[in-house]
Amino acid sequence: MERIIVCIKGVPRPGTVKVDPETHTLKRESAELILNPPDRAALEMAMRLRERYGVEVVVMSMGPPNVAPLLKEAFALGADELILLSDRAFAGADTLATSRVLAQAIRGLTPFSLVIMGLKSVDGETAQVPPETAAILNLPSVINVIDISYSNNRFYLTRETNYGEEELEVEPPLIISMNPKLEYFRPPSLKRLLQARDLSFKSMTAQDLNLAEDLLGLKGSPTQVAGVFEKVFSQRGEVWKGEPEELADKLINLLREKGLLQKLALINR
Amino acid sequence: MMDYFFTEEQRILIDLVKRIGEEYIRPKALFWDEREIYDPLPIKALADADLFGIIVPKEYGGLGMGVMEMCLAVEWLSYFCAGVSTTYAASFLGAYPIILFGSEEQKSRYLPKIAKGDSLCAFALTEPQAGSDAFAIKTTAKREGDHYVLNGVKQWITNGGLADINVVIAITDPSKGSRGASAFIIEKGDLGFTVGKKEKKLGLKASVTTDLILNNCKIPRERLISREGMGFVVALKTLDYARCGAGAQALGIAQAAMEVSLNHAKRRIQFGQPVYNFQAVSHTFAEMAMKLESSRALVYSVARYIDSGAKDFSGASAMAKCFATDQAMWITERAIQMMGGYGYMRDYLPQKLLRDAKCLQIYEGTNEIQRNVIARELAKVYK
Repeated sequence: MERIIVCIKGVPRPGTVKVDPETHTLKRESAELILNPPDRAALEMAMRLRERYGVEVVVMSMGPPNVAPLLKEAFALGADELILLSDRAFAGADTLATSRVLAQAIRGLTPFSLVIMGLKSVDGETAQVPPETAAILNLPSVINVIDISYSNNRFYLTRETNYGEEELEVEPPLIISMNPKLEYFRPPSLKRLLQARDLSFKSMTAQDLNLAEDLLGLKGSPTQVAGVFEKVFSQRGEVWKGEPEELADKLINLLREKGLLQKLALINR
Repeated sequence: MMDYFFTEEQRILIDLVKRIGEEYIRPKALFWDEREIYDPLPIKALADADLFGIIVPKEYGGLGMGVMEMCLAVEWLSYFCAGVSTTYAASFLGAYPIILFGSEEQKSRYLPKIAKGDSLCAFALTEPQAGSDAFAIKTTAKREGDHYVLNGVKQWITNGGLADINVVIAITDPSKGSRGASAFIIEKGDLGFTVGKKEKKLGLKASVTTDLILNNCKIPRERLISREGMGFVVALKTLDYARCGAGAQALGIAQAAMEVSLNHAKRRIQFGQPVYNFQAVSHTFAEMAMKLESSRALVYSVARYIDSGAKDFSGASAMAKCFATDQAMWITERAIQMMGGYGYMRDYLPQKLLRDAKCLQIYEGTNEIQRNVIARELAKVYK
């Protein structure tokens, strides 16, 4: 088997993110980034294959320089090589512009047998990047995979569908996305955490990847976000404070007013 | 409240152990305790995290760290579940004889598997008639050509049946008394080696304790650790190292007991205010904190003393074990009291912490035996 490539993404820790008022995209560089939770399954599966078949695992991430700790985390889980894809020109990318960058970086790592990504990112929630990247590279893609084995130059994949599990036999190379649910995720290794302290890794820009700027970032994104708004509640809940007895009376009166307590009231009488 | 001046490595270790505790242990600890279940998953996580390699020298695939790091790992695992930390720490009890006294062949055969967490270890000294009086063991090992044949029963062995590597102390020459015992490695699957029933315990329920039965168990001569006659030397030195770990378990349990009950006391309203405002309650916590931090200071200094290359530390490690575990017992009992009825309910943690803490005053040498050791060592210093 040739090398396995895992693409991971840093997503803002909930509550730390701000939206750019002009472009309506997330301001990632100022947010506290965490590993996109579904990507943990991609890393775990890659590490299992690494253990079972002795294959090299390369982990890459496109994002601002503050995704570096996530790459170090991937190293602590067992990654052999790390690549950061970072350039101002990548900012504001939609799924297509993102896939172009990933596809180009993946192409540079030929020969490879398998690219693994998480099913979707929890900020964008599109699940488009894995199949889009596969389409650009003209490779087969399988989404929502729950198990993988390999023999005689064939991957045997199990994927979850709305109608049950499906088993597929695929010739490498291919791109898959992993279902986020696995029964076990390994923790990082202490040995590797200690090594990760002074770890340097490859960083690649648009120029390194030989990509034209008009195909990248916000400029290269056909998706234009017209607006972002906070959900407005037409009916807001009320918070009452006071002694339990007083509040109970108030609540019963309200329920009676609304006609919701009539039957109970009759029984009580 | 305190800074113990950990190294960067030690901080990374503590963070990792806490992370494993939060993810793999905390959500299940009360369930394992309630059902008396050994779950291999947290042990797998500890193995994947290289934490079984802490005390194994680097040349055998370990991290080559010391007693201090072992204590930190054990302390923070115990904070989440002392049952899990018992499985973990007892494995070191079985590994120390090989690390300290093993031959080159034994080290290269066993230590890499121990470091990777592929093999759990057990240490078997106690027998039905030989607890504190360890010299009263009856298990025998007779030399027959290139083999030893072992017969006897070992009792209350942590990791019994789980361990692939069992270090067993047996009498090779009954005429030589305390110099007549030897240490052997028994592998899971050796002919004539079986495991008794799983014991039902008051606490540490997530760990497994069984008898080990040796019935004409025939093993190759190369399984002898060190020389014939060294059995009790191996056992006592191993316990000297491991006792600090029992002290560290006490720290984790006591820390958890103080935190959970303090959290309760600051939120529990009685007579119109948090019960923490009442002096009887707050002073109890002041006592707890002093007992906990003095235990911690003692355990850490003994661990650092051992790591500094000290030769004779029986008295020091006995003090660390005895003092810290006695304090943990007091702290967990008071934690229940500070939570009142809540502390007594099995839905909450303190009752588990108390039951777990109780074992620490008994195993790896009762606290009465620890006091004997301390008194004996004192008499040597002040002649």
